[in-house]
Amino acid sequence: MATNRQAASSSSRWRAPVLFAVLAVLFVLEGTVRNAMFSGSWNTSLAILNMGLISAITALGVNMQWGYAGLFNVGVVGFLAMGALAPVLVSLPPVEGAWAAGGTRLMLALLVGLGTLAMAKLAWTRTRSGLLTIVVLIAGFVAYRWLFDPAVVAIEANNPARHGNIGGLGLPVLLSWAVGGIFAAAAAWAIGKVALGLRSDYLAIATLGIGEIIVAVMKNENWLARGVMNITAIPRPVAQEVDLQNNPDFVEFASSWGFAAAEASGIWVKLSYMSLFLVVLLVIILLAELALKSPWGRMMRAIRDNETAAEAMGKDVTRRHLQVFILGSAVIGVAGAMMVTLDGLLAPTSYNPLRYTFLIWVMVIVGGSGNNWGAVLGAVTIWFLWIKAEVWGPALFALLTGPLPDSAFKSHLLDSAPHMRFIAMGLVLLLVLRFAPRGLLPEK
Amino acid sequence: MDIANALVVFLNFVFIPAAAYGAQLALGALGVTLVYGILRFSNFAHGDTMAFGTGTVILLTWGLQAMGISAGPLPTALIALPFGIALTALLVLGTDRAVYRFYRKQKAAPIILVMASVGVMFVMNGLTRVLIGVDEYRFDDGTRFIMDVRTFREMTGLPEGLALRSTQALTVGVALIVMVALFWFLNRTKSGKAMRAYSDNEDLALLSGIDPERVVRLTWIIAAGLATIAGTLYGLDKSFKAFNYFQILLPIFAAAIVGGLGNPLGAIAGGFLVAFSEVAVTYPWVRVVGYLVPGYEPSGLMQLLGTEYKFAVSFVILIVVLLFRPTGLFRGKSV
Repeated sequence: MATNRQAASSSSRWRAPVLFAVLAVLFVLEGTVRNAMFSGSWNTSLAILNMGLISAITALGVNMQWGYAGLFNVGVVGFLAMGALAPVLVSLPPVEGAWAAGGTRLMLALLVGLGTLAMAKLAWTRTRSGLLTIVVLIAGFVAYRWLFDPAVVAIEANNPARHGNIGGLGLPVLLSWAVGGIFAAAAAWAIGKVALGLRSDYLAIATLGIGEIIVAVMKNENWLARGVMNITAIPRPVAQEVDLQNNPDFVEFASSWGFAAAEASGIWVKLSYMSLFLVVLLVIILLAELALKSPWGRMMRAIRDNETAAEAMGKDVTRRHLQVFILGSAVIGVAGAMMVTLDGLLAPTSYNPLRYTFLIWVMVIVGGSGNNWGAVLGAVTIWFLWIKAEVWGPALFALLTGPLPDSAFKSHLLDSAPHMRFIAMGLVLLLVLRFAPRGLLPEK
Repeated sequence: MDIANALVVFLNFVFIPAAAYGAQLALGALGVTLVYGILRFSNFAHGDTMAFGTGTVILLTWGLQAMGISAGPLPTALIALPFGIALTALLVLGTDRAVYRFYRKQKAAPIILVMASVGVMFVMNGLTRVLIGVDEYRFDDGTRFIMDVRTFREMTGLPEGLALRSTQALTVGVALIVMVALFWFLNRTKSGKAMRAYSDNEDLALLSGIDPERVVRLTWIIAAGLATIAGTLYGLDKSFKAFNYFQILLPIFAAAIVGGLGNPLGAIAGGFLVAFSEVAVTYPWVRVVGYLVPGYEPSGLMQLLGTEYKFAVSFVILIVVLLFRPTGLFRGKSV
């Protein structure tokens, strides 16, 4: 994408620090100044920052796929959802009676399902007989449903008001972040095996479809994570606000800084989350930067810039694409698990592609594809704007419609102001693509 | 064996709904495929173009109803449709001028155009929400049924009833007219031939004096028309909810790709293939089987997949077709 690398690199030395400093000032303003534009609450400021950091990790994953390798993955929401399953399956306490009701049969069904696919593949590659492959698929499907359906019914009938799901393993929630990455990586492997041979547009639409399918499975398979009944009270890795407020040492500490205990406990919890997220973010950036500057990273960019030439030099393009697709998806999966941990809630209906796929893409393009720091900057900036647009949009509309007499038209405009955030995000994306196609922090 | 009743159940729950849905998908896929054929990118904003077009049609319909104008037994939306198409075409031409033309002139990579269409999608989504909100609306007036279950039972004496809603018949009828008109236009008129020539070989078309900007304008106008018609028919048949139109983008893309991107005939075949498979795979066949095999009581619903997985079916078809025919059933193009 770079047309003028020399010019870009000479002016960019101060660009990143200045832009990050501007962003930091915005967050400080949000925390301290109270007016029409900012809330003046550190709790709000830190809440935006925490979600921004998770978005940054998601954007890093997308950036690995698009910025390093030119893979257009429009199924981000699916990988986030895969990651989101991990805290539920890893850290929730086991559900009493669920395993006894049908756990073993369920696992067997899933194994039979996988086995069927493997057998069908084997039948096709060994014999090239379409008939045999279809017979294997149909027989496998019947066996799978025979095992699967009663198991699901039994599990979902197990105390459905409170559970109805298979439950978790009761392990520490931090472990689930890594497991979330593994879940997403496994999904990416399966998808990549099938779809990575497709050309750019076809790949985009294939990933779009797979993302939707993963979310559909989460919404409808109640045994897995209660589906649309949601899962609440996911264990958290940091202190509870209530415990802090009941701790006299903490209350004294808070008042010595001039904060009420309630406010201070919120801030403390958010700061704890923030430090965890920062550690993950920095580790991923460090690894990503090391990888990008290594021979592997140069090879990836060579493949991205000219697939044919790279292939002529003996690089296995499909294999490398699969590799980077899995790595990027794993990072997205980690972010998905972190998000559920932060919210303490898994609500499959909230997995909306506009918010979790396309908004992430806006972040990557605005930040600067191919540049890790750019992805982080873009993610936190766009997330800040996305949240603040909810306040700024109506404020702007109120200002603009101020002179208008009270009418149905005016109230319609005021009511629809929150939808302005979509228009604003679209315009930001279009303007950046048009006037700064390499983003705020261009690739070096 | 009771073939008559089995057939009625099949027609009522599988054939008629799938035919109507297939017609809607085919019209949507025709728009996607035309844009791909001429402008050479997958337009992610097509679903939201449909939503915007339908939104304007609904607003105009309300206006007409307030003025006391109606189309008698037909939905008032049909009168509003041409005006809705005109407004949508204006918007789409505006976006081409403001967004896509720049990249076309630059000969940017197709993927950049796709990304720009994502930006357009956001803006159009927001516009539709500002225009008409996020609520669910029903705007089908006129006669509801051509044939309802009770009349059918009285006529035939069968225990199973058959219902044909007027919106379903209308959908198929309008879609057929639009498809015939489109093929007549593409195959018989000078402008249509110019469009096909440009789609087949851009350089050769330019050499023979075809004005590319005119071809592009025509394409956008036709795409806007197809999107508005498809969206309005879908809205009449089910209901209008702005976000749903983003959701049906997936089966629409699947239909266009299964048929072969850039191939109008393929888009139609793909639309019906996707629709019929979706309905057939998610329909509980227990009653049909019950009539066909007397004395046999199936234990389950004889349903291959839950209804919630409709979209998954369209995607599985897409993958299977692409594995064996990488450019679709009717040999579409690839950029």
